[in-house]
Formats: sequence, C-alpha cells, structure tokens
Amino acid sequence: MSPAEATIESVDLAEVDVRELNQRLHDLAGGEPSRWRVTNPGGAHALAVGLDAEVEVEIDGHVGYYCAGMNKLATVRVHGNCGTGVAENIMSGTVIVDGDSSQSAAATGRGGLLVVKGSASARCGISMKGVDIVVHGSVGHAGGFMAQRGALVICGDAGPDLGDSIYEAHIYVRGEVASLGADCIEKEMREEHRSELAALLERGEADADVAEFRRYGSARELYNFKVDNAGAY
Amino acid sequence: MTEFDALSKEDGFRPELAGRWRPGLRESALFDRNAIHEIHRMAREGIYDIRGFGAKRRVPHFDDLLFLGASVSRYPLEGYREKCATDVTLGTRFAKEPIQLEIPITIAGMSFGALSAPAKEALGRGASAVGTSTTTGDGGMLPEERDHSDKLVYQILPSRYGMNPDDLRRADAIEVVVGQGAKPGGGGMLLGQKISDRVAEMRDLPKGVDQRSACRHPDWTGPDDLEIKIGELREITDWRKPVYVKIGATRTYFDVALAVKAGADVIVLDGMEGGTAASQDVFIEHVGIPILAAIPEAVRSLQELGMHREVQLIVSGGIRSGADAAKALALGADAVSIGVAAVIALGDNAPEFEQGYEEIGSSAGFYDDWHEGRDPVGISTQDEELASRFDPELGGRRLANYLRAMTLEAQTLARACGKSHVHNLEPEDMVALTFEAAAMAKVPVAGTSWVPGADSPG
Repeated sequence: MSPAEATIESVDLAEVDVRELNQRLHDLAGGEPSRWRVTNPGGAHALAVGLDAEVEVEIDGHVGYYCAGMNKLATVRVHGNCGTGVAENIMSGTVIVDGDSSQSAAATGRGGLLVVKGSASARCGISMKGVDIVVHGSVGHAGGFMAQRGALVICGDAGPDLGDSIYEAHIYVRGEVASLGADCIEKEMREEHRSELAALLERGEADADVAEFRRYGSARELYNFKVDNAGAY
Repeated sequence: MTEFDALSKEDGFRPELAGRWRPGLRESALFDRNAIHEIHRMAREGIYDIRGFGAKRRVPHFDDLLFLGASVSRYPLEGYREKCATDVTLGTRFAKEPIQLEIPITIAGMSFGALSAPAKEALGRGASAVGTSTTTGDGGMLPEERDHSDKLVYQILPSRYGMNPDDLRRADAIEVVVGQGAKPGGGGMLLGQKISDRVAEMRDLPKGVDQRSACRHPDWTGPDDLEIKIGELREITDWRKPVYVKIGATRTYFDVALAVKAGADVIVLDGMEGGTAASQDVFIEHVGIPILAAIPEAVRSLQELGMHREVQLIVSGGIRSGADAAKALALGADAVSIGVAAVIALGDNAPEFEQGYEEIGSSAGFYDDWHEGRDPVGISTQDEELASRFDPELGGRRLANYLRAMTLEAQTLARACGKSHVHNLEPEDMVALTFEAAAMAKVPVAGTSWVPGADSPG
C-alpha cells in the first residue's frame, strides 16, 4: 500500500498537544505507510520531529522552530511559513514548505530534500552534510555557510557571504549574488552539474531553466591552514 | 647556513643548543627559556601554538583544600566495615529514564578522531566495568564505543558531525555542548593529519582537511532558543533521555541559571584546567576560570533556584585523584568527570614509551602534541600502525583499576569525615591553605574562621 492509498488520520492541535502528536507519529516506525493531516499548528515548535517511517504528514498553517527535525523517510508538507531550523539534520525523506522559512533551514542535514517555495532567511543550509535544498525564492546572508556536502539551489537571489567557508557542497544560483564568503568562488558549469541541477529542479517542483544558473563552490584554499591566508579569517 | 638561517628554518628542539646555567648567569622570571623559545617559534612560524592536554600554569586547585577529619566533635565511620555509598542518579528532573551510576566519576567527551578507535573502546570497557558512563565527542558515535559502553552520553555539538537520530535514540543521555573549559568560546579543531578515511566519512568532510568546527550552534542562539532546542531533542527521544548542558567555566553563576531555565536535567561544568585534543595554547592558558572557583558559583545559582540536587552538577577540569573528586563533591557537585586523567590511565605519557616520545621530539611526562596524530602509545592518533599498538582490553582494565582506586580514595576521605555517602560531604568539612583558595571555594583559611570575601555580595 502506498501512502496515497492510506486513509487520512487527522490531528487537531487545538485538541491534543505536540507530545501526543509526535508520540503517535513515532509509534509508526517500521509500520505501514499512512497519511496524516495536522490542523491548528499555531506556530508550535518541534512538530513532526524524529519521524522514522514512510508517512505523509500535511500541516495546515504556520509552524515554529525545528519542524520535521531529523526527519527520516517521511514526507512533511507545511502549508504555511516555518520558523528556525526547519528539517534540521534531515537524514532522508522530503520536507516541503509552501511559504517562507526562517533561518538555518535544513541546518546540518545529511540527506533527503528540503523545498522552500517562498524565500529562506539567513544561514540556509548551514553546515549541510548531504541534504539537497531547493529554494524557489531568495536566501538571506551566509547561505551554505560551512556547507560540507549536498546541493543548495537558489532560484532567486543570494544575500551576502554566500558559501562562506564551504567544503564540497554545490551551490546553484539563478539571480544575483550579493557577495561570496571566504573561499567560495564561481565555478564552471559542466554537464554533470547541469544534469544534477535539472534533477533537483524537478524534484523541487521548481519551474526554472538550468541555463540561467551559475555554480559556486570551494576554492579549497582554506582547507589547510597557511599563514599567508590569515587575513581571510 | 648561518645561525640566522637555522633560527628561521629549524623546527624542533636541538638539545646541543640548550642554554646552560652557570653562576652569574641570571635567567629572567618573565623572559625565561620557555618564553624566549616561544617568541622565536612565533617569529619563525607566524602562527599561534596548537597543542593538546590542559592548562599547564598553576592555578588555585583542590590541592589548596584540606579535609577536617572527625575527632572529638565528630565521629568517623569504620573504613572496612561501615558502608560509604557512591551511587549517583543523573536526570531526575524531566527524563523518564534517568542514568544510574555506581560511582560519581564519569568519562568526559572525547571524540573518535581525537582518539583512536581502540582507545575509545578502552574507555567504554573501563567505565562499564565500574558502572559509570562515557561520552562521545565531536565526531559522532563510534560503534566500538556504543558496544562497549553500558552507559553512553551522546554529545550534540556545533559541528553536528555524524549527528543521527538513530544514535540519539540509542544513547543513554544527550549532552548539548555549549563550551568546554579548555576553550570557552572556541570551536573544535582536528588537523588534517588525523582526518583519516574513516574519520572523514563519519564527519562528511574531505580527507586531510584541517577541520575547524564552528563555535556556535547552527540552529540556535541564546538561552531562549536553547530551551526550544532541548524541547526538540526531548520530543525526538520521547522524553526518555536525560539532557545535559555542558559549559566552560566563565560567568558560571549566570550560565548555570540560564541552562536550568532552558530545561537542563544536568549541568556539566568544565573548569579552565579541562583538557583538549587540539586548541590554541593561548586559549588553553588564558580563557576561563579554575574549577575551584566555578563550583561554588554553580551551587549558589542552583540553590537560589531551589534546584541543587534536583538538577545534577557534574564538574571537571584537572581532576586526578579521589581527593580531587571528594573535594569537588564536598563543594556541592553530584559527580566529577575526567578526560586527561583517563587518557593517562590508558598509558599516555608513560615512561615506558620514552623512546617513542624522543623520536618525535618530546619526552614522557611532557607530551602534549595530541593534535599531530603521532602518539607512540596509539591513543591520540588515526595512524593504523600506531593505533594497533594499543590494546583496548588492557587499557580498559587499567582505566577500571584507576576509577576503583579513585573511588576508594574518595570513600576513605568521606568516612574520615563521618559520611555514609560521598554526597554527604559538605564545604563545612574543608579548610583552605591559601587566601585565594579560601576566597574561591568559600571555606575558611586553615586554623581561622576567615573566608576572604564572605562579607561581600556574590
């Protein structure tokens, strides 16, 4: 049975608390796929965190910090805006935000996909370790700060200090880049990158032309400390 | 090559060039041979010194306190007949599954990366043998450590290397690391020579890079965010695990109060003497306050909030013996934690390895270049040949012996003060040998009733 065929379980957060919602979702680990609709989230923190099952969770409204934190396998859709650290340390699965995201979206994420259909604030993808992020709008300052692995796709503009101290993550930007951070440079867009980006745009439900993007990554000049680079820190 | 060329290019100590004292040659107290050597090193390399170990300067410490054994006015307990309990329970405030330890001495966080896999395994074996816990470190949870540690504390650090919800659920407690005593306000450091294939894979980093961890968490800032972050960790683990908050000792009174407010079950307080695998020497020696000064500040904060013993306090930083542990408990800590001492118990800096130390320009008793990964004992290295020299079973037995001896020492002191549990030790059982220690520990100078600063508000 696919999640689409499952009946929808409804949880009204005006009736039950976050603890009960998360416990019910955690109890699904290792079980059959299921679908959940959460109403009246009221900006609550830590909604649908630590999921570990192939479930679909739709949240009708705005959410607070750390929604879908450390997600595994599940698909979480937020029909609203989200606070700090949505999908932080995501391992797998997909998190989709219809609105805007506050700072540190998908921070330290190690796998899976985060889609933000609005814009994302500062430090989007900070210390990302393998997650893919597709932002339909723009991102604030220090996007991809210390990004280690994975890809950050920005269909709008990027704020100052993009990719500061980046390691091996790939950053693609369609619009303007206010400035690049330490050790981040524009890089050649090769065929492998065009195909990676095309796949990300499709998975991220973004209607954009691959040819309009530029790629950014690490100059790898700061990987090992050299005293001549001291001024870069 | 001229002498000036040599001065600019030579790296490492050459004993044939060491200055030799003769009557009439007077060394400066300020510009002593170490200071001169360091100025020349800085002039040659243009960068700060990075090293392991902890602060080497002398600071007021537990050695400056003494216990008042029982006499006519108090009576002691029989050393071999009457029980002096040592158990401690951590995480009673919110966690559904608090941790029960048999001894009040835990093993501090030390990463796989800083330490070799066999060394991490040995820590688990030794701690488990005596019923206490080990702690992961800035590099994820190593299977060898989880397998051999009955009780494992999983650190969540700014870098989040290897962070994984499965490991979070597999842990026995969670420790949110805000700072450490060796470098409050600084991030982790692991230089390229220790980033082996396995370390790189666990940290999602390229092999061989100089890894400089962030000093701030990526998704929270300040005490209000920390409260939300702790709430998330509790939700992910269904409120089962105790959540510790680790801080380096600086503005301890306020930091402890804020950590309690943020929802910590346990405060881990690390003094400036606390060890590190790799930090700037200037950080190790010049930032933070001695643990002796920090414990009374933490206890005062907890007591004012009505949280002393409700939120447990684990303290660390230069703890070497049962006497150090007993004095920390008497000041109000619930447990102590050891890092450098545990590594030494495994064999670090032992004279038996002198030849190996000499080959890398050091000497047993002085070795602190743990960041270089060339440890001849096989502890602070990722070199497979070096690591294979270390026997985790033997290392585990040595650590267990050391922890047992420390516990016996602490019990001996507690019984002498008439206490049936080490937690019954109290500041009133102690006096200080120096004015500084008296003022910091808030106990009287020996033979007086004088506590310097007692009349001034905290």
